[in-house]
Amino acid sequence: MKVLVAVKRVVDYNVKIRVKADQTGVDLSNVKMSMNPFDEIAVEEALRMKEAGTAEEIIAVSIGVQQCQETIRTALAMGADRGILVKTDDALEPLHVAKIMKAVVDEEQPGLVILGKQAIDDDCNQTGQMLAALLGWPQGTFASKIEFSDGKANVTREVDGGLQTLTLNLPMIVTTDLRLNEPRYASLPNIMKAKKKPIDEKTPEDLGIDTAPRLTTLKVAEPPKREAGVIVEDVADLVNKLRNEAGVI
Amino acid sequence: MSVLVIAEHDNAELKPATLAAVTAATAMGGDVDVLVVGSGCAAVGAAAANVAGVAKVLVADAPEYAYMLAEPVADLVVPLARNYAAVMAVANTVGKNFMPRVAALLDVSQISEISEIVGPDTFIRPIYAGNAMATVQSSDAIKVITIRPTGFEKAAAEGGSASVENLPAAGDPGLSSFVGEELSKSERPELTAAKIIISGGRGMQSGENFPIIEAVADQLGAAVGASRAAVDAGFVPNDYQVGQTGKVVAPELYIAVGISGAIQHLAGMKDSKVIVAINKDEEAPIFQVADYGLVADLFKAVPELEEELKKLPPA
Ligand SMILES: Cc1cc2nc3c(=O)[nH]c(=O)nc-3n(C[C@H](O)[C@H](O)[C@H](O)COP(=O)(O)OP(=O)(O)OC[C@H]3O[C@@H](n4cnc5c(N)ncnc54)[C@H](O)[C@@H]3O)c2cc1C
Ligand SMILES: Cc1cc2nc3c(=O)[nH]c(=O)nc-3n(C[C@H](O)[C@H](O)[C@H](O)COP(=O)(O)OP(=O)(O)OC[C@H]3O[C@@H](n4cnc5c(N)ncnc54)[C@H](O)[C@@H]3O)c2cc1C
Repeated sequence: MKVLVAVKRVVDYNVKIRVKADQTGVDLSNVKMSMNPFDEIAVEEALRMKEAGTAEEIIAVSIGVQQCQETIRTALAMGADRGILVKTDDALEPLHVAKIMKAVVDEEQPGLVILGKQAIDDDCNQTGQMLAALLGWPQGTFASKIEFSDGKANVTREVDGGLQTLTLNLPMIVTTDLRLNEPRYASLPNIMKAKKKPIDEKTPEDLGIDTAPRLTTLKVAEPPKREAGVIVEDVADLVNKLRNEAGVI
Repeated sequence: MSVLVIAEHDNAELKPATLAAVTAATAMGGDVDVLVVGSGCAAVGAAAANVAGVAKVLVADAPEYAYMLAEPVADLVVPLARNYAAVMAVANTVGKNFMPRVAALLDVSQISEISEIVGPDTFIRPIYAGNAMATVQSSDAIKVITIRPTGFEKAAAEGGSASVENLPAAGDPGLSSFVGEELSKSERPELTAAKIIISGGRGMQSGENFPIIEAVADQLGAAVGASRAAVDAGFVPNDYQVGQTGKVVAPELYIAVGISGAIQHLAGMKDSKVIVAINKDEEAPIFQVADYGLVADLFKAVPELEEELKKLPPA
């Protein structure tokens, strides 16, 4: 089957972000950008399916500014076959991203779309579920294991109480959790090869998607700061302070 | 204008996080109705009717809702949502799963994991692992919202007298089915409801060492949590993970043992009232948020802590 993977360009997870002084957003100038870690897991899962003979072609899709090309190149260097960049400078909400992805799915007709469970910048945790709704497909969210048999898939999900396994019809949507796999690094020869792989460029207008915002960000502020406390002498001192000073035990 | 709150429960009991959602819904103004979706969940409907401030309880009780699969649940909620100004659920793994599906079917942008209500269309939510707080205003006719229960006081579980109405099921679209589950069994309180949590990190070295933490937990009536590193290494199951991509907790007391304090971990616990860190590295970033820090080898300090707690007279 054909597998579509969504790859989002986000601030690298190691970057300590700063809120802009005028409270209009987060300062993204000169910070390192990377592929959303959950999307690396999504690409890796698709690659393993291809290696196992379940997937024939892997297409990496990113939506956003021109530089999202770099994120697609990373996916291609890991082993994806081709890329699609839907280019826009507008701030998109997950609903818009899902609508754009749906238009791409309508054109490409994949049997599976893999997305991250959440992007580590906006932490929305919505896009995959929305895409499933718009397509009328089943959704296997927060997946830690996927197995295919008889034209269906068993997806094991990380839920609050532990693990849950569902059988889903194909085509389907999967969103990745941290323990689905450990993504590979791209090797140098593969990085070179990736430069020749095709990336198709479109715009939301080409796909007929209206991206007018539904949400307005009025303000982005620093969270309340926690002051560092005291270093205690020993365990007895700790227990004494918890009982008599903090009153929590 | 009224708000529909979708209850969190296990078909037997209404979970306290629902009470936080009722408070959030009340803050938006207007009537608050509660929807109980499940299988064999009549007792939950009755409990919801007792919650102070609830006007009406709707109960959809059918086998296809036993495991809260997103596809049938969304099909049930979408037509109901059209009668409300807002629908609200708790941002646990159930709410996170079906609510965006509801939002997309309504052609609405969901507002995820809000921690504060500014007005009927304006909300505050953490972004970038809680390192920034965004105030967002929605122009959608129906607001689809998930809440962080730690951000809201709990409504009183008693004192209400709502009417209870049974709803017909909306059917199962047959896209997905339940196969099985592996749930962690524990006598200890649930992480998201516990007053005290003790969590272990990579410093624990192996799952075999977690009993020293459990012994302290038992002295304190605490829940046990973990960092991602401890879960990834297989020391404890996935549902122990606290953090940006795990559970968000805000207990009275959080004790971090052998955890360095990465931003992704802090995102899940930095709103705790009192934080204790036990770490042998005095430079560990966890000490920057800890009210009480103990620089020590955990393999010595944690058993000592258990002994000291045993000696402690009842409060
Ligand atoms: C009020 C507001 C202001 C914004 N401001 C900006 C801004 O200044 N600059 C900016 O760049 N963006 C901005 N955005 C857009 C934002 O960064 C996200 O693209 C969008 O909100 C999706 O949220 P999320 O990534 O948290 O979704 P989630 O649902 O958490 O993402 C889950 C998964 O969906 C897929 N996915 C999501 N988005 C994309 C994408 N674009 N391409 C490919 N796959 C994707 C990935 O697989 C990802 O792992 C803004 C959004 C809002 C709502
Ligand atoms: C996309 C993404 C999502 C993530 N989500 C989460 C999340 O939800 N939750 C989460 O926790 N992490 C998350 N992480 C991982 C996070 O970045 C850190 O890697 C992780 O929190 C580290 O766990 P740790 O503190 O246990 O381990 P380490 O950072 O290795 O720290 C171990 C600590 O133990 C101390 N120690 C060692 N031995 C002893 C001893 N004998 N006595 C006392 N102290 C000792 C050390 O001094 C050290 O400070 C995420 C990362 C990514 C990229």
